[in-house]
Amino acid sequence: MTTFAELSSGFADKVLSAQTTFRSVMDAMARPGSVHCIAAASGMPSGMMRGTAAIALTLFDHDTPLWLDPRMAEAAEVAKWLKFHTSAPVVADPSICSFALIGNAAELPALDRFSFGTNEYPDRSTTLILQVESLREGLAFELCGPGIEGTTVLQATIEPLDLFARLAIDTALFPRGIDVVLVADDAIVAIPRTTRLVAEGD
Amino acid sequence: MAADEKGKQTQRQAAMAVLAHVDAADIAGHLDLMALPAHENLREPENGLVMVRGRIGGDGAPFNLGEATVSRAAVRLSTGEVGFGYTLGRDRQKAQMIALCDALIQTPDHAGAVETQVLAPLRAAIAAERNRKAAETAATRVDFYTLVRGEG
Repeated sequence: MTTFAELSSGFADKVLSAQTTFRSVMDAMARPGSVHCIAAASGMPSGMMRGTAAIALTLFDHDTPLWLDPRMAEAAEVAKWLKFHTSAPVVADPSICSFALIGNAAELPALDRFSFGTNEYPDRSTTLILQVESLREGLAFELCGPGIEGTTVLQATIEPLDLFARLAIDTALFPRGIDVVLVADDAIVAIPRTTRLVAEGD
Repeated sequence: MAADEKGKQTQRQAAMAVLAHVDAADIAGHLDLMALPAHENLREPENGLVMVRGRIGGDGAPFNLGEATVSRAAVRLSTGEVGFGYTLGRDRQKAQMIALCDALIQTPDHAGAVETQVLAPLRAAIAAERNRKAAETAATRVDFYTLVRGEG
């Protein structure tokens, strides 16, 4: 019983919060590179940002294996909170997970350690939830691809700096690939597997 | 320490046995009379399904009997105790109150009050109802006895 004493709560209003968060994530995926805000209020364990917690409460369930990076895994509270509120199993092998929570993005493992899905089921790939420093200021990334009219500019402070270069493997893999959701506090930006970097400047 | 823990466990189980069998309105009626400490919902009350498993006899193979609707909730007091409530049916309020009672039983300050103000009256009501039914049934009892055995 004392083990639950420090556990933070989940969504205050489960249904509406999950629906609005789902809408935000869907809009973010439909308009890659645009910044969306997670409005839903929820408790969260230390080490997890507001946006990450809301996405976890909305999208994770017992059918979605999770992989936690060492930063997330070292805080016992995170795994416990996820288990209690989402009942999603935490797995040690990143190649079978549906979602990977990355707390320390600078040490993102090689992308081929995650699941790319199969040609028959490209949706069975891993979605990376990457916690970054800022999605409002920093380097400018010019992005193009489906869902973007012409090009769009994302101002962000992202680790690892070569994230988009690494994501270029999606080009050869298509329809397989990795989708990424960048989270900075309550702001989220989705980088689906079809989004490409045009040029990089500062 | 272990014995203490075990006693607590038994106490909580006994409380569940009472709370699961009474109406939400009855629990609410008794809880309202108590001074409740500050608390929050750790898990908002929610409905779900559980698969009820059964087996025929003690050694039959387990099989899925069917699904049952269950409500559950988890409540945390400001002092840190967490109570859990599970109950058959869709009454989320009841699950929440059971969780609250479960949390209160674990506190030294409120355990006594819950026992005397909530559990004892409810337990008495259940017993009274059971006795009434038993009396009703007993009134229609028929004793059969054999006058003559057909041996001659």
